[in-house]
Amino acid sequence: MSSRLIAASDDPIRPKDSAVISISVDGETVTGLAGQTIAGVLLASGRPSWRRTSGDGSPRGVFCGIGVCFDCIVTVNGDRDVRACQRRAADGDQIRSQHDALPNAGVPR
Amino acid sequence: MVVIGAGVVGAACARSLTLAGLTVVVVERGAAASGTTASGEGNLLVSDKGPGDELRLAQYCAALWPGIAEATASELGPGFPSIEYDPKGGLVVATTDAGAVPLLEFAAAQRGAGVDARPIEVGQALQLEPELNPGITAAVHYPQDAQVQPVAAAEAFLAVARRRGAKVRTGTTVTGALRGSDGALVGVRTDRGDVHCGTVVLAAGPWSAAVAAVLGVLLPVRPRRGVVLVTTRMPHRIFHKVYDADYVGAVESSDADLQTSSVVESTAAGTVLIGSSRQQIGFDDRLRVEVIEELAAKAIRLFPFLAGASIMRTYGGFRPYMADHLPVIGADHRLPGLFHATGHEGAGIGLSVGTAELITAMITGAPSPIDASAFSTDRAGLRGLLGDGLLGDAMPVNS
Repeated sequence: MSSRLIAASDDPIRPKDSAVISISVDGETVTGLAGQTIAGVLLASGRPSWRRTSGDGSPRGVFCGIGVCFDCIVTVNGDRDVRACQRRAADGDQIRSQHDALPNAGVPR
Repeated sequence: MVVIGAGVVGAACARSLTLAGLTVVVVERGAAASGTTASGEGNLLVSDKGPGDELRLAQYCAALWPGIAEATASELGPGFPSIEYDPKGGLVVATTDAGAVPLLEFAAAQRGAGVDARPIEVGQALQLEPELNPGITAAVHYPQDAQVQPVAAAEAFLAVARRRGAKVRTGTTVTGALRGSDGALVGVRTDRGDVHCGTVVLAAGPWSAAVAAVLGVLLPVRPRRGVVLVTTRMPHRIFHKVYDADYVGAVESSDADLQTSSVVESTAAGTVLIGSSRQQIGFDDRLRVEVIEELAAKAIRLFPFLAGASIMRTYGGFRPYMADHLPVIGADHRLPGLFHATGHEGAGIGLSVGTAELITAMITGAPSPIDASAFSTDRAGLRGLLGDGLLGDAMPVNS
């Protein structure tokens, strides 16, 4: 994964034409290319982060990019805690970002 | 003076000593907070300690932590990561009929020693922890149990010490002792040069035995392996430190073979930490599947929903174990100039701040905040384990 977006025409690995897919991200339609991971689609759409930490609300997106850190988790078609960097995006996927607040006084402790 | 070891105990000593106005150099072989400090769960527990000297030290520490957390945060400001002090309380449960009475008797004895240990009905326990296995047979709530993020705490203590002039030399290995003509320790040799000082505080956790040998004394502290499982993030469903009452038996035992006992809690990040194992296998850090299996199976006994959780990673470390289950805090009676601060086994995070206060009082000559004689090197529990004096024939070196 490059740190900057490369146009398909300039990509040295010369990808073949891919089908355009469309996914929903928090209700907004985002297009990507078949074969991209969800993280790939999100990054290419200009989203550097899509989750906030429970502790102090710091932004989180792709950190390791190889499935180890679990920082990039999203809810995919109702299944939560899916690693965006490991799940290939499928046309029509419904993606929701996740934010889990810390337990507060309303929760038994 | 020199503090050897930049784990939480060495860092707490550096903090206390500099607050008392002393000049401190911290010497650390690796990186700060890279050993035992980085390998635990950050427990500040009174619940797992029976009446006695270690409990008194733990109670003293429990009283110190809130003030130290607050003072450290206000001194270092919002730009420094929080040490995440969280007085979340502990919940200890028995999972067998045979385990219920010993837990309640243990709690009663602790109450006699001033611990807030509240036996509660199973229904009340399920209010505190709705996901807990309803098949538990007894439960005791310990509101005084707390936790910190131990690496953040160690780094914060070092930062406070640095602001008062302490030097922290990481990547520096102690290679020998510098002795005065009277034989007293007057400094240390390192692979990056000699450091002269009046006093050496050895706080190298389970590696204190090796460093003590380099300095010329035998110290019978040994590594006791522990492993923690970390689940993937999930919504917070565990709210206290929850552990099986058989944990106390594992802590107090001296068995070298594998012992596991369930200790489960969630972190601010949403992961769940699952411990605990104890094994005396030297510094062997290889992954052992049978340990992971036992930990996972016992955690599910406490929290059945964990059967569906994914383990993201495991990590392990080495506790500094003493045969008589007490830390070593104070002057080495065999080698003037040397003080020890180690041997806390699995309780070193919690006991670090009180250990540092004791060491500082001993070095400055201030009145000791609590009686520390039980932690001395010449206590009865260590008789026969210290050899017969100094190792080898250390060369006097004029400072």
